[in-house]
Amino acid sequence: MRTKLSRPVLWTPRLRTPLLFVGMAALLIAVGVGQSWVVSLSILNLCLISAIMALGLNMQWGYAGLLNVGVMGFAALGGLAGVLISQSPVADAWSAGGAGLGIALAVVVAAALLIVLLRRFVRRKPLRTAGTAVVLVAGFFIARIFFDPAVDEIERIDSATTGYLGGAGLPIILSWIVGGLLAAGAAWLIGKVALGLRSDYFAIATLGIAEIVITVIKNEDWLSRGVKNVTGLDRPVPYEIDLQQSSWFLDLVHWLGADPITGSSIFVKLCYAVLFALVLIAIVWLAERALNSPWGRMMRAIRDNEDAAAAMGKDVTRRHMQIFVLGAAVTGIAGAMLTTLDGQFTPGSYQPLRFTFLVWVMVIVGGSGNNWGAVFGGFLVWFVWVEAEPAGFWLMDAITAGLPEDKPLRAHLLDSAAYMRLIVMGLILLLVMRFSPRGIIPERRGR
Amino acid sequence: MTDVANAIVLLLNFVIVPGVAYGSQLALGALGVTLIFGILRFANFAHGDVMAFGTMVVLLTTWWFQGMGVGIAPLPTALIALPFGIVGAAAFNLAADRVVFRFYRRRKSPPVILLIASVGVMFALQGIVRFIIGPDDRRLADGARFIIKASEFKAATGLKEGLAIKLSQGLTLAVAAIAVAALFWFLHRTRAGKAMRAYSDNEDLALLSGVSPDRVVFYAWLIAATLAAVAGTMYGIDKSYKPFTYFQLLLPIFASAILGGIGHPIGAVAGGFIVALSETAVTYAYKKFLRYLVPESWEPSGLMQLLSTDYKLAISFVILVVVLLVRPTGIFRGRVLS
Repeated sequence: MRTKLSRPVLWTPRLRTPLLFVGMAALLIAVGVGQSWVVSLSILNLCLISAIMALGLNMQWGYAGLLNVGVMGFAALGGLAGVLISQSPVADAWSAGGAGLGIALAVVVAAALLIVLLRRFVRRKPLRTAGTAVVLVAGFFIARIFFDPAVDEIERIDSATTGYLGGAGLPIILSWIVGGLLAAGAAWLIGKVALGLRSDYFAIATLGIAEIVITVIKNEDWLSRGVKNVTGLDRPVPYEIDLQQSSWFLDLVHWLGADPITGSSIFVKLCYAVLFALVLIAIVWLAERALNSPWGRMMRAIRDNEDAAAAMGKDVTRRHMQIFVLGAAVTGIAGAMLTTLDGQFTPGSYQPLRFTFLVWVMVIVGGSGNNWGAVFGGFLVWFVWVEAEPAGFWLMDAITAGLPEDKPLRAHLLDSAAYMRLIVMGLILLLVMRFSPRGIIPERRGR
Repeated sequence: MTDVANAIVLLLNFVIVPGVAYGSQLALGALGVTLIFGILRFANFAHGDVMAFGTMVVLLTTWWFQGMGVGIAPLPTALIALPFGIVGAAAFNLAADRVVFRFYRRRKSPPVILLIASVGVMFALQGIVRFIIGPDDRRLADGARFIIKASEFKAATGLKEGLAIKLSQGLTLAVAAIAVAALFWFLHRTRAGKAMRAYSDNEDLALLSGVSPDRVVFYAWLIAATLAAVAGTMYGIDKSYKPFTYFQLLLPIFASAILGGIGHPIGAVAGGFIVALSETAVTYAYKKFLRYLVPESWEPSGLMQLLSTDYKLAISFVILVVVLLVRPTGIFRGRVLS
């Protein structure tokens, strides 16, 4: 038995991952004991969603080396599904503008088909380019003729509460699937355009597409009320107020010796946590299976040397498309889950820093190419992101304790403590990249 | 005839003048991005926030000057505070290079790693800027407002439409022209500039000829910071200063740089103007413009607006995608400084 004395015996690669997760659980429990269980469970729920988002990006970046800087767009499309599935349809809006929208949609589809046919059957390049341009412009204006009045009609109907088409009136949990499909569909379209690009151009292209997705969702009020938000979405779990009035719950709380109001809040959050954890486990299981299969090895081979993989007969572009769509679907599922948890869809809250770059930090810090790394990164980074604010405040308070209460510098520093989280995130990312470039739970090599 | 003149003035006032001012700001930003790309070969995601940082220093200095009663009215005080902003941004860029980027450069890491590192720098810098000055919208402009007022223009020409040129717009164009001229003089007439172009064109050959890589990189960061501070300050004087807007400017700036051919300075300038003018042109409502030109019976019923102003950002992006598909090297066949 020879072990290096400098390293604790338990800290072997086999045991490191479970130990890190135990440490993470300890942190969450510490918040539960120190701050409150409601806070701890709220963090846990968002950790679970973040972990799924990080898994989605990890597929694209970690498995295949696709520099997707448009995570936000896919998350928002997933969130949009929450509205489109769960809200009840607005019949008046459909009868007022449904036909016009349908015609506009048909025009768009027809134009798209025409362009596809044109590009397939017209051989002469100048003719093809000119034809595409003409169909594009004509299609845009013809569609607008039907689209604009229809939208006006829809948005006029009871604009204070609806003013949009509404959804399908189905249980919101279905939106997790539909959100994934919606994001996957968008990824397919985006991939068609952008996947051939060099990596840094691809990054800028996806960054832009994500911004456009958000802009469209913000401004097309007929779709999801835009920045007027859709609130009071359907819930897959019971309401606190109902719990507080049902006898079985009151008995349970009484038996546990807890307060019914806090108890109901914790119970609801636990229900969400169980649902989210089930989704996370399913995705991790599938992702691990995929990564350890011949398919996963092929992906890594393509990532590490595209030319060599192509020479071995692998269709690099198709595989890239496949993984891009899959990753986007996972991100979309997480986006739909987030909207479900929030109970509302607020397009204004989608910011690239929070929904794209933070997920990047999760993947890089956790360990790109390793599913457990991405999950751990999602947990840890979200935890730090939330807890950096109180920690920053506490730090500032300690630093400025010597200053008198009314000193402007002290007030300014305390006000600014919230921005500590941005600095902390930047530092974590840079430090991990520098000193542990493969992340906290690195990719296992040589399988 | 006056109808045609009126229509032209209308277009000038609402599309060309604001477009040109915005275009100069984008051009300055895109030059910085393109320069870093040409020398260090990565897309610097922190550039928008370096603009915000430099402008923040300018804003703080402006307040200090205003407090002391120093000013150059009718020009905005920010103009004499600009050197401080340049020094601040340059200090930041050089520090970031020393602490973050140099490590990867020496290890010859792939450009993607530098790109991701620049995301880390971006995070930290956003935090620093908000920590110091907060996220609020602030006014940077003072002094006179207009070079030509709409009412004066109407009185002088007798037209129904007025043309207003804001001081900030004229100033932006002038400062951008000076900065661009100075940059081209530097790149083409000085030893250091020639070394930069050589390094960008062929790194190995330049090293062989005795060009010092550290020196070239030093100049690249310095110039990028200068351009960023100037661009940020001009944008701030023209509109207002809000850290988040500068981050959002990153997309049109990237679009301009790629459209012109990344790594290509003239391309960056051209790209900036094309992106800015298409943004203003596509989101302008042409109803009034057409009313002057077509007979009354043809008068359009709608606003004749191609896209609502909310889609400004989308336009720069659509241009970007079309360029990437049709001519990936950009208008001027980029990739090297020339």
